Amino acid sequence: MHEMALCEGIIGIVEEEARSRSFSKVKAVCLEIGALSHVAPEAIKFCFEAVAARSIAQGARLEIIATPGIAWCMACSQGVEIKQRCEPCPSCGSYQLQVTGGEEMRVKTLEVA
Amino acid sequence: MCTVCGCNDAKTPIEYAHDEHHEHDQFGRHHHHEHRQDHRHHNHDGGYHDHVHDDAGLLDCGGNPAGQQIAGMSSDRIIQVERDILGKNDRLAAENRARFRADDVLAFNLVSSPGAGKTSLLVRAMSDLMDSFMIGVIEGDQHTSHDAERIRATGVPAIQVNTGKGCHLDAAMVGEAYERLRWPSGGILFIENVGNLVCPAAFDLGEACKIVVLSTTEGEDKPLKYPDMFASSSLMLINKIDLAPVLDFDLARTIEYARRVNPKIEALTVSARTGEGFPAFYAWIRRQAAGVKPAAAAAAE
Repeated sequence: MHEMALCEGIIGIVEEEARSRSFSKVKAVCLEIGALSHVAPEAIKFCFEAVAARSIAQGARLEIIATPGIAWCMACSQGVEIKQRCEPCPSCGSYQLQVTGGEEMRVKTLEVA
Repeated sequence: MCTVCGCNDAKTPIEYAHDEHHEHDQFGRHHHHEHRQDHRHHNHDGGYHDHVHDDAGLLDCGGNPAGQQIAGMSSDRIIQVERDILGKNDRLAAENRARFRADDVLAFNLVSSPGAGKTSLLVRAMSDLMDSFMIGVIEGDQHTSHDAERIRATGVPAIQVNTGKGCHLDAAMVGEAYERLRWPSGGILFIENVGNLVCPAAFDLGEACKIVVLSTTEGEDKPLKYPDMFASSSLMLINKIDLAPVLDFDLARTIEYARRVNPKIEALTVSARTGEGFPAFYAWIRRQAAGVKPAAAAAAE
């Protein structure tokens, strides 16, 4: 359940921002989660509510922007989109792929009051 | 553009104490903002009021969390954060990495599913390498000190980290455990992670690289089922290779699957029970040590 640890990381960031930018209530948390990151958006949603309880983000809405998995295909020398790591290049079928994007797990914005 | 009304002559941040653009009443509390073109708006309601005042009459519309104020919006604001969720762990991992480098320590993060044979593999490697290298071990398990006790029985210092309900080691745990190891300097630190092919992939500990141990009893398709771990590892040690004949284990397919998710991953076969394949593993370790610190590795050869 590393999703719990990730959610604790999210709340940690929210609380640091609250201290440095002086707000007292978080109404929504917007995350950017890549398709090739270490977490599934559903798992984060499942844990977020529990971790956010009794924090400044209690009851906050969670929004997740899913970003696509991008890899460089060494065989056809182009960037391609993949849904998961074990997929071949959609244009040539090669597995010689270097992931270049879609690994991010970020707190993007907060809606605060 | 003025973020309050959309007109084009405002400054950002807005510090317009009694300029011609907006006006305050004499109490500095209630604002009818007057515009040159003779339209009136921005009657802030009496609830939340997020202008910041000082004695000089500063009205700082950027003094709220959003850094701006927009007509028609309540005091709720969207603020840009753009921070990595694992940023704190990554910072601590970078500190660990810097300490390892300063101490001439080469750190490996061993990961696998439970029962793949990480500890047995380490016990054998300790016995063979302790004459060439200073070695220390950080053991991660949810409960018990069994693994650290097995390592300590070889004469190598080991610290057990019990993660409790945690499913992985994180950089803070490793930093603290390293402190307690009281490492003199130089050598190899093996960090044996919690047996789990999912969660430890996400947490950088400050290691030089991850070594994933896959045993032949687990089946060839583990790299496809748990791609994140194989994608983040530099070496795949295929353990229990002595059992391969009775299991009809397909080595070539296992390596092919691992390279589908990580074209660069190296692969070696070993048996912690018989010792088969360990010389190649030690040669690999020496190559890593040479990459980090040529002189020390040359001396150890």
